[in-house]
Amino acid sequence: MVQPVEKTAPRPVRVPVYLDYQATTPTDPRVVDAMLPFFTEKYGNAHSEHRYGWEAEASVNIARREVAALIGAGADDIVFTSGATESNNLAIKGLAWAYKAHRRHIVTVRTEHKCVLESCRRLEEEGFTVTYLGVDAEGLLDLDELKAAITPETLLVSVMAVNNEIGVIQPLHDIGAICREAGVVFHTDAAQAVAKIPLDVEAMNIDLMSISGHKLYGPKGVGALYVRRSRVNLRPVMDGGGHEHGLRSGTLATPLCVGLGAACRIGGEAMMADAAHLRGLADRFLDRVLDSVPGARLNGHRTRRFAGNMNITFAGVDGNRLMAELRELAISSGSACASASDEPSYVLAALGLSDRDIQSSVRIGLGRMTTEAEVDFAADTVIRKLAAVERTRA
Amino acid sequence: MARQPIYLDYNATARPRPEMVAAMVEVLGAPGNPSSVHGAGRQAAARLARAREQVAAFASVPANAITFTSGATEANNMAILGAPHGRLIISAIEHDSVREPAGRSGRPVTEVAVTGQGVIDLASLEAALRESDAPALVCIMAVNNETGVIQPIAEAARLVHEHGGTLHVDAVQAAGKIDLGPITRFADMASLSAHKFGGPTGVGALIVRCDDGARRPVLTGGGQEMGLRAGTENLAGIAGFGVAAELAGRELTHAARLVELRDALEEAILEAAPDAVIMGREAPRVGNTSCIAMPGMPAETQVMAFDLAGFAVSAGSACSSGKVRRSHVLAAMGQGDDLAGAAIRVSLGWDTDARDIEAFLGEWKRQYERSRTRERKTA
Repeated sequence: MVQPVEKTAPRPVRVPVYLDYQATTPTDPRVVDAMLPFFTEKYGNAHSEHRYGWEAEASVNIARREVAALIGAGADDIVFTSGATESNNLAIKGLAWAYKAHRRHIVTVRTEHKCVLESCRRLEEEGFTVTYLGVDAEGLLDLDELKAAITPETLLVSVMAVNNEIGVIQPLHDIGAICREAGVVFHTDAAQAVAKIPLDVEAMNIDLMSISGHKLYGPKGVGALYVRRSRVNLRPVMDGGGHEHGLRSGTLATPLCVGLGAACRIGGEAMMADAAHLRGLADRFLDRVLDSVPGARLNGHRTRRFAGNMNITFAGVDGNRLMAELRELAISSGSACASASDEPSYVLAALGLSDRDIQSSVRIGLGRMTTEAEVDFAADTVIRKLAAVERTRA
Repeated sequence: MARQPIYLDYNATARPRPEMVAAMVEVLGAPGNPSSVHGAGRQAAARLARAREQVAAFASVPANAITFTSGATEANNMAILGAPHGRLIISAIEHDSVREPAGRSGRPVTEVAVTGQGVIDLASLEAALRESDAPALVCIMAVNNETGVIQPIAEAARLVHEHGGTLHVDAVQAAGKIDLGPITRFADMASLSAHKFGGPTGVGALIVRCDDGARRPVLTGGGQEMGLRAGTENLAGIAGFGVAAELAGRELTHAARLVELRDALEEAILEAAPDAVIMGREAPRVGNTSCIAMPGMPAETQVMAFDLAGFAVSAGSACSSGKVRRSHVLAAMGQGDDLAGAAIRVSLGWDTDARDIEAFLGEWKRQYERSRTRERKTA
C-alpha cells in the first residue's frame, strides 16, 4: 500500500506542497501583469481631475464591470473595499445602521466566517437580536428552520455561499427565494465561492454579496461588495470624501481594483476548466486516502461542495501528531484566522464532531496551480505517515 | 498626446518608487497568509514583521504601536470612532476623513480656528479645551494637504495634555516631507498613508502610543493586528509601504532640493504677476507644496488648461475635486470665494526636476497673460 515513490524517483514536487488555497491563493501572473502599469506609468489618483486621474478612473470602471459580469450584476452596484472582511462589516453593520429604526433582527448561521459573526455580535451589543441557525451533520442549512426563524422584525439573512472550512455549498437559490418572499434582505459572504461556482445575483435574489480578491488568484487588500442599490441602502462604516456612491470613502487603490477585475475576468473564463481540474484532483486524492487510511472521513456533504476544499478527520490521530506528520504539506487545521489560536473549529463543532475528532481534522485545499504530481505526493504522504501511526482509540 | 504629462500632483498621490514596485511584485507571486502556521504563512508573517519594523523606524515609534489599515481614511476613522472620549475638538482645516467621522460620531465637536496663514490658533485650541472638564479627543493634522502649512504639533500637544485630552495627528502629508519623530514624540495617535510618499494605494497605518487611544476596532472579524483591525493583511501593499518608508526616511534631506525648486517657482510667479497670491507663504511649510491663486481665473479652468498643455495639477484636494466645491481650508484661512476659487495646488515629489518646474512656470505665465489680455478686452 505504501508507495516508495521517493526511493525510485527524484521528488516530483516542491516541498512543502502548498495545499491551503482557502487561506489564500497565489496571485495569477496575468493578474500581476495587469496591475503593473498602474505602478509604473498610470499611477494617478482615480479621483484627480487630469489625464493621470481620468486614466486611473477609466481603468477602475473597467474592473468594476469585470467584477459585475462574473456575478450577473450591474457595474454601478459594485463597491470596492479593502477585502471581504470589510465587505462583510459594511454589508451587515451598514445595513443594520441604516434600518435600525425599523427592524432589528438578523438571521445567520453558526458556521459563518468570524467577521460575519463578530459583526453580528457587535450589533447585539447595540440592541439587535441575532438568530444563529445550526446546520445538519453535513454542514447544510435546513430551509424550514430558516423560514421559521424569519419574523416581521427580521431585516437581514446572512448565509455564506461556500464554507471556508468544509467547502459545502449552501442552497443559495432557495434561500434567496425565501428571503425575497418574506421581504428581507439576503446577504451572502461569497469570498470562497466567486469564480469557483456559478453565481447570479438575479437568479439567486441576492441583495448583498461579499467578494475577496486574494481567494480568487487576485491580490490581497482588495475586495468588493455587491449592493443592490435599487433595494437596499447602507450607512458607511468609514466616512470621508464620499467615494463609491458615499458607501466607502478613501482613495481607490487603482492597481488593486484592476487586479481584482482581471482576477474576476480570468476566473470567469477559467471557472468550468478549474472546476473539472479540481474535481479530478479531489477524487484522485479522496479515492486513495479514504480507502487507505483507517478512520479517515470527509467532513461536509459529499456532493454539494466545492471540490477544491476538503476537510478530513483522521479519527484517533492526535492533532499535534497529525500536523507534525504532515509537515511536508502546507495545510491548515481550520480557518487561517484561527490558526494562531488553539480554539477548536466552531464549524466542525456545529456539524456535531467531538472535540477529539476536531483536533484530528485538517483542511486540504487545492487550486488552479495544483498539479497531479502534487496531489499524488500529498496522498502518498498522508497514507505513508498516517496508515501506520498509532491511534488513541481503535 | 504622445508625451506623458508632467506630474505635479504628488499630494494627491506620489509616483510609486520603482524599488517599492519590485518588492510588491515579489510578494504578490508568493502564496502565504500571515495567519497560517505553515512555512508559507510564516514567511508571510516574517515579511509583515519586517515591514512593520521599517514603518516604525520611519515614524520613530516602536513596532507594536503600528496597526496596518487600508489607508489613512480607515486610520482616521479608527482613531475617531474607536476612541472612548465623549467630545471631539478638530481643527478647521482637517481632511474630510477626519471631519466626516467626527460629525457622524454623535459626539459634540468643537472646531479650532486657523490664522490667515493657515496655522492653527493655539488660543482657540485652549479655549475649546477649557469648554468642558471632560477629556477631549483632539485631531490636528501635521501638514495641510492643500497649502503644505506645518502645524505646531508640539505646542498643541502640550495644551491638549495639560487639559487631560488625547491628541490624534493626521500625519499623511508630513510623511516623506519632514521628520516624523518630532510629531510622533508628542502625538498620542497618528495616521499614515503609503501612497503619499511613493508607496502603494490601499495601505496605511494608525499609530497608537497611549492607553486611551483607539481600542474598539472599526472592522471586526479574524482578530488580526492584535484585535484592532480584522482582515487578511494586504501583504504586498504592506511590503511596499515598508520599502517606501525606508527610502523616504533615508532621503528626507532631498526635501531641500524641492524647497529650492518650489521657492524659485513662487518668486518667479510673484515677479511676473504681482496680484498672484501664494497661500500660507508666511507660515512654515513643507517644501513640495505651493497653493497659487491667479486672481480672476477659476481654478477648474486652470486645471483643465494645464492638463491640455501637459501638466497634472489640482484644484484642491483630490477627494473633493470633481465635485466643484469651495475649499474649506482656504475658507478657514479667511479667503473669499474670488481668491479661493482661483487657487490651484502644485505639489512636487521625488521625480520632479528643474526642467519640469521651468516648463510649468512658462505655462503658468502664458495662462496669466491670456487672462490679463481677456480682462483688458472686456474692460
